[in-house]
Amino acid sequence: MELNAKIPQGDLKDKWSYYKGNVKLVNPANKRKYNLIVVGTGLAGASAAASLAELGYNVKSFCFQDSPRRAHSIAAQGGINAAKNYQNDGDSVWRLFYDTIKGGDYRAREANVHRLAELSVNIIDQCVAQGVPFAREYGGLLDNRSFGGAQVSRTFYARGQTGQQLLLGAYSALMRQVGLGKVKLFPRYEMLDLVVVDGRARGIITRNLITGAVERHAADAVILATGGYGNLFYLSTNAKGSNVTASWRSYKRGALFANPCFTQIHPTCIPVKGDYQSKLTLMSESLRNDGRVWVPKRKGDTRKPMDIPENERDYYLERKYPSFGNLVPRDVASRNAKEVVDEGRGVGESGFAVYLDFADAIKRLGVDEIKMRYGNLFDMYYQITDEDPYKVPMRIYPAVHYTMGGLWVDYELMTTIPGLYALGECNFSDHGANRLGASALMQGLADGYFVIPYTIGNYLADHRPDGLDINAQEFETVEKEVNDRVGKLLSVNGSRTVDDFHRNLGQIMWEYVGMSRNEGGLKKAIKLISELRDEFWKDVKVLGRNEELNQSLEKAGRVADFLELGELVARGALNRNESCGGHFRAEYQTQENEALRDDENYCYVAAWQFKGDDQLPELHKENLKFEFVTPSQRSYK
Amino acid sequence: MSNGKKMNLSLKIWRQADKNSAGEFKDYTVNNVSPDMSFLEMLDVLNEELIIKGEEPVAFDHDCREGICGSCSLYINGRPHGPKRGVTACQLHMRSFHDGQSIVIEPWRANAFPVVKDLIVDRSAFDRIITAGGFVSVNSGGAADANSILISKDDVEYALDASQCIGCGACVAVCKNSSASLFVGAKIAHLSRLPQGSPERHKRAINMIKQMDKEGFGSCTNTEACAAECPKEISMDVIVTMRKEYMKAIKEME
Repeated sequence: MELNAKIPQGDLKDKWSYYKGNVKLVNPANKRKYNLIVVGTGLAGASAAASLAELGYNVKSFCFQDSPRRAHSIAAQGGINAAKNYQNDGDSVWRLFYDTIKGGDYRAREANVHRLAELSVNIIDQCVAQGVPFAREYGGLLDNRSFGGAQVSRTFYARGQTGQQLLLGAYSALMRQVGLGKVKLFPRYEMLDLVVVDGRARGIITRNLITGAVERHAADAVILATGGYGNLFYLSTNAKGSNVTASWRSYKRGALFANPCFTQIHPTCIPVKGDYQSKLTLMSESLRNDGRVWVPKRKGDTRKPMDIPENERDYYLERKYPSFGNLVPRDVASRNAKEVVDEGRGVGESGFAVYLDFADAIKRLGVDEIKMRYGNLFDMYYQITDEDPYKVPMRIYPAVHYTMGGLWVDYELMTTIPGLYALGECNFSDHGANRLGASALMQGLADGYFVIPYTIGNYLADHRPDGLDINAQEFETVEKEVNDRVGKLLSVNGSRTVDDFHRNLGQIMWEYVGMSRNEGGLKKAIKLISELRDEFWKDVKVLGRNEELNQSLEKAGRVADFLELGELVARGALNRNESCGGHFRAEYQTQENEALRDDENYCYVAAWQFKGDDQLPELHKENLKFEFVTPSQRSYK
Repeated sequence: MSNGKKMNLSLKIWRQADKNSAGEFKDYTVNNVSPDMSFLEMLDVLNEELIIKGEEPVAFDHDCREGICGSCSLYINGRPHGPKRGVTACQLHMRSFHDGQSIVIEPWRANAFPVVKDLIVDRSAFDRIITAGGFVSVNSGGAADANSILISKDDVEYALDASQCIGCGACVAVCKNSSASLFVGAKIAHLSRLPQGSPERHKRAINMIKQMDKEGFGSCTNTEACAAECPKEISMDVIVTMRKEYMKAIKEME
């Protein structure tokens, strides 16, 4: 299979303009004849559904939550990047592009990333117009903060709840279109499969999560905006319901899955406390603006943090990376935390934590200013740990947070199945091997507000609406497969709960496919996951019926898909004999323990094709060409 | 309060098969509960035990488990989100309870929020209220430069205080009239204070309040229970703003 990314011609900065100027259009009077399906209502899904409806298309919008406003974008805290250069500190579209492509360790496409940087400025304008209350200066202008991996202040924020405010903006735009009759909403619906007719994505099969009814929906194109697969690790910062099913089912219908091993471990999360733990809570990376990361210099130092004098503390990020200090990118910060913990210098009861200390910042700025900047984060930390971060340093440790990998898409965000698009975190396109902070919100909204409204027309213009009937044979066949699978999950009636299997899978993934990977461990993981999957289908216990609200059944379907995905992630990591960004192979590191890329052999997007349940997936390579930047060893020193 | 020791608890939980069935309280016990567990993790443990015994687990809404998605809808010992102020049930930890304690867990109770199953209710009425006017009418593209609109820091902070509503419905659940005024007021206050939301402020107030009444929420009688129990501590001010906006709108219509 030849992977054609369809990168437009011209200089980097002209590609998107050229594309927009030459793309096929759908006449306004014809747009209302097209039906589109958008799955997911996070930043990418809600903004896409709203924008497409504004253009006149008929949109069906699906989410598994009880309301579109609850999609997990809501939990993003720190902010959103944009190359506005309002601070006069030397920012530009080029610099945001460069930081993003460098932060991604040169494993993303130049053209996509540059478009993202260009659109970043429009996003801020759009959100402000919607009434998103970004932080302001006293003079009424917008305020900015700095974020990891950058040396300029380009992050726009709304206290520590930027994701919430942006999502409520997109949600309000979506609900406005619901009111205008252009969007039909399907909350508490889960997409369980994709229907492909004559090689084109033409619909989905859903389950109504209240009644259990399995239903068919036909459309002229299907847009997935279904988020990442961090819950593969069981413990992650994702919401409990976040899952890979829509992407994974599409993969099994022919969409290629790209760079599955590019998973991001976020450095600042609240450490794990006990076996019962159900999820991990992120503390925004923005905290690293004012907090200082440290551990004791001496191994096994069990004194209270306040009792450890300044000269016996190791501010290891400031020491090792003097120019970026505490603001190194996430992958670097995470790996360094693991390193000091592995040396026996971790803190807290478990030893799996490092300090994030605000004492200096409070001295410098006062408690009130810190409260203004991070109040809700400090409160959240206090609720969870029962410790007051205004008085004692926070304890933090890395946790799975974001997945850069996802469905392969071309420049138009179309997957390898014509008519199937992937937006936001569920695609692979913009962050390479590591995403910089405050870039996920930017990408989700760029894709939804500004990319898909242009690119989808180019496809639809060639495919007249044909009123495909949901009684077509293809719908019948896929629906039957969905029903069979649901029936199978309910009929195993074994002895172990779904959560038990999920926890087990998470342990395997964290141990062997987590922050540091090696050949032996990955091979072991592949074997263990495959055994666990067999056991799941023999011994899982799912009570109740399909024809009711059945949360165990919902979880079972999602975990079954994670049990397949886990193996692909491990295979992807095994194939990539280099370290880059979030993918760290212990065999490939510099003398200073930094990630060692191999541009000679691995400067490609690894896109995997499903070949059957009993077959190995086939690897296709999209070679990455760097025409405008020169990949170099990342240095944040 | 706890001192780090494991606790044994008796639970009284509302069980209801679906919206048409009658519900009832059922008694359960959970043992060896760590004070560091979140309330939802305690329910996870109970559900795991129930499944192994072949009994149907308790259905409850939850998602982000970090206090921001607004899915939680548990009425715990007579209070929405339980005994602590300013937190959702997912951020409530078992250290707020003591060994041997009885805990009563119910769904939100309001006509406009019918029970779907066990502790899950249907809050789509909130979505319909937003659909009626909780937005600024702008399409994607074509917005002016963000800094061309000046907004004073005070105004934006006020808007953010209101717009941080998570739409959980605790305000409705605690109100003796099942009024949605705090929820509706929060959105009206958020948008009315900003220049972007001003042109349609009157239409917005009238349409949202009309929809609120249509959904079967009760009237506000100023008991202020909503503000006391709001996990985001949204203030009664937003209800005052809602009324002012409504009165101005009515006057303009005359």
